Amino acid sequence: MSRTFILALGIFLTIASSITGLVIIPNWQFKALQPIVKLDGTRYPEPYFGEQAKGREIYINQGCIYCHTQQVRMKGYGADIRRGWGTRRSVPRDYLMDRPHQLGTMRTGPDLASIGARQPSAEWHALHLYNPQITSPGSVMPRFEYFFREVYDGEVIPNDAVKIPRGRQASNATHIVPTDRGRAVIAYLKRLNQSYPLPEANQ
Amino acid sequence: MIAQPLPPAIGPEFEARVEVDGSSRAVVVLFWGTSLLWLTVASLAGIISSIKLHSPDFLGGIEWLTFGRIRAVHWDTAIYGFGGLAASGTLLWLQARLCQVRLPYRNLLLVGGVVFNIGILLGVIGILMGQSTGVETLEFPLWAMPLLVVPYVFIVIANFTMYFKKVTKHTYVSQWYLMAVTVWFPILVLSAEACTNLGAVDGVAQAIANWWYGHNVVGLFATPTGIAAAYYLIPKVIGKPIHSYHLSLLGFWSNAIFYNWAGTHHLTGGPLPAWTITLGVVGSLMMFIPVITIGINHHMTMLGSFHLLKTSPTLRFAVMGSMVYTLSSFQGSLEALRSHQEVTHFTHYTIGHVHFGMYGFFAPLMFAMMYYGMPRLMDQEWSSARLIRIHFWCTLVGMLIYVFAMCYAGIRQGLMMNDPAVPFLNIVRFTIPYLGLRTLGGVILLSGTIAFLINFIRIITPHKYTWATPTLLDSERDWRKVVAKEKEQ
Repeated sequence: MSRTFILALGIFLTIASSITGLVIIPNWQFKALQPIVKLDGTRYPEPYFGEQAKGREIYINQGCIYCHTQQVRMKGYGADIRRGWGTRRSVPRDYLMDRPHQLGTMRTGPDLASIGARQPSAEWHALHLYNPQITSPGSVMPRFEYFFREVYDGEVIPNDAVKIPRGRQASNATHIVPTDRGRAVIAYLKRLNQSYPLPEANQ
Repeated sequence: MIAQPLPPAIGPEFEARVEVDGSSRAVVVLFWGTSLLWLTVASLAGIISSIKLHSPDFLGGIEWLTFGRIRAVHWDTAIYGFGGLAASGTLLWLQARLCQVRLPYRNLLLVGGVVFNIGILLGVIGILMGQSTGVETLEFPLWAMPLLVVPYVFIVIANFTMYFKKVTKHTYVSQWYLMAVTVWFPILVLSAEACTNLGAVDGVAQAIANWWYGHNVVGLFATPTGIAAAYYLIPKVIGKPIHSYHLSLLGFWSNAIFYNWAGTHHLTGGPLPAWTITLGVVGSLMMFIPVITIGINHHMTMLGSFHLLKTSPTLRFAVMGSMVYTLSSFQGSLEALRSHQEVTHFTHYTIGHVHFGMYGFFAPLMFAMMYYGMPRLMDQEWSSARLIRIHFWCTLVGMLIYVFAMCYAGIRQGLMMNDPAVPFLNIVRFTIPYLGLRTLGGVILLSGTIAFLINFIRIITPHKYTWATPTLLDSERDWRKVVAKEKEQ
């Protein structure tokens, strides 16, 4: 009986110590971390609002994390910065608003920590999501055509329609119009931007 | 004539064992049987995901089958569906046998098994419908989690009840591991859910909680169950005691202490304090101690008995599992080094390593457990030796193809990724043939599973005849032939 107790207690202590050391202590270390007030008075990072928040939910439920990271490694460790995926390394403050985190562990596709800075154009994102082969031939990313409505030859072209480049039109569709969900994902991707030079990133 | 009724039971010890096995029959067969169904689902989802990575238009444009969802379904059904049920069946059967007590709360455990299955099914539907939580390995929507946690509490209670009522004086090494699993797993799931999906911690601490869990669900759930199975089966089949009691003690506690801390190497280079990563690297390297001690214990016990691999299905899977345990653990410890992670971290190499561990170590040991346990539970032998041979070779060959393709492609992918002169899409193009090879490996693995499933369905179906001796790998035993012969007469 007493040996059983020691066995069970020992087993419990091993796991209790690791969650304390690895999760609770770092969480306590970052408790005081706040968004930084930029020179123009706005804050970084800002909470996710409206379309951006909705877009983040879609990013999560489509499982983008399984192929894309959102973390830039420091200079000299890998080639993240030299590949242009960011201008500095990512730091804990960049993720203050991220619930749940989407750091990711796989780069079947490129890192997206600053995709909004790298690809600021909504048209590019629309075409890329609609059919990745248009913007990135050879990509293995799935087509997210269900985020768009296709506009066919002869139909009235709405103002927010994006033209499919000539030669890339797979069907009679000449334009695409993002649905609410499409606009939300694009808003989220355009917001992803870690270019603000946080002081701790230079340490 | 090979078909004849079983000989009558001999001796009180044999009768006691038959009674213990009889008490756990329904529960264990339910857990093991459904685990194989989930393994089939997981393999299918894995193959679909794999095909989508080299032919992205395969089943394209269907939202509920998009890569990011089917990929999550693959891992969650593999770890909870196959892993959870196979390991729990193993835990209940082994603990009852080693304690020499009848399985308690049988009806409760039967209901628990059914509820656990429903929980996974609903979780899978949730992910496919777009309700994934977005936390890797904890993707099931929160509303499905009680259906997994509550049945597991029944298992924990049953385990402790058996342990306290045990007839045997000493505690066998497998029982330490089984005890550890029942303490660790509920704590792991509940605290990880609390820290991630329920928001008890924030920001990057959430990422650590995520990988503390993601690594430990393999290390503190699948691994100990696999080791417990190897410790039980190898001496049992070859009829020799374990090499060293003291080594097994050292192996158990060093494994319990160090594995816990290893998870943060999944975030190497990430936006975390360097000390958290360093702890993960140290924990991973310290794993050499338990891995080497457990390896010595398993392999030294086997020394001199390797000829039995020719005939015993149980032993063949168990030894494959224990050998890959040593190899994949060495690989894992080295992989945690910062210099190694710089290249392989964000690549297919990691996927290769996971499959080396799960399909080279854990799964074969669960198969070995079933090959050994099912004839004792069902009172009849495996009906086809050929299907067992197909299962074994598909498992070994499929796993090797898979692991080679992913690890090799991963290293090359990582080296190219660290060279900014190589355009990203060139790297994608480079990996495609290897991703194709992975699909091939996956299909071979699934073929093996289907062979096993057929044999499994036959052994749980009542037969008119059975054999008096175990079905060995070098026999040509086939139940269909017996039936055909009977029809002729």
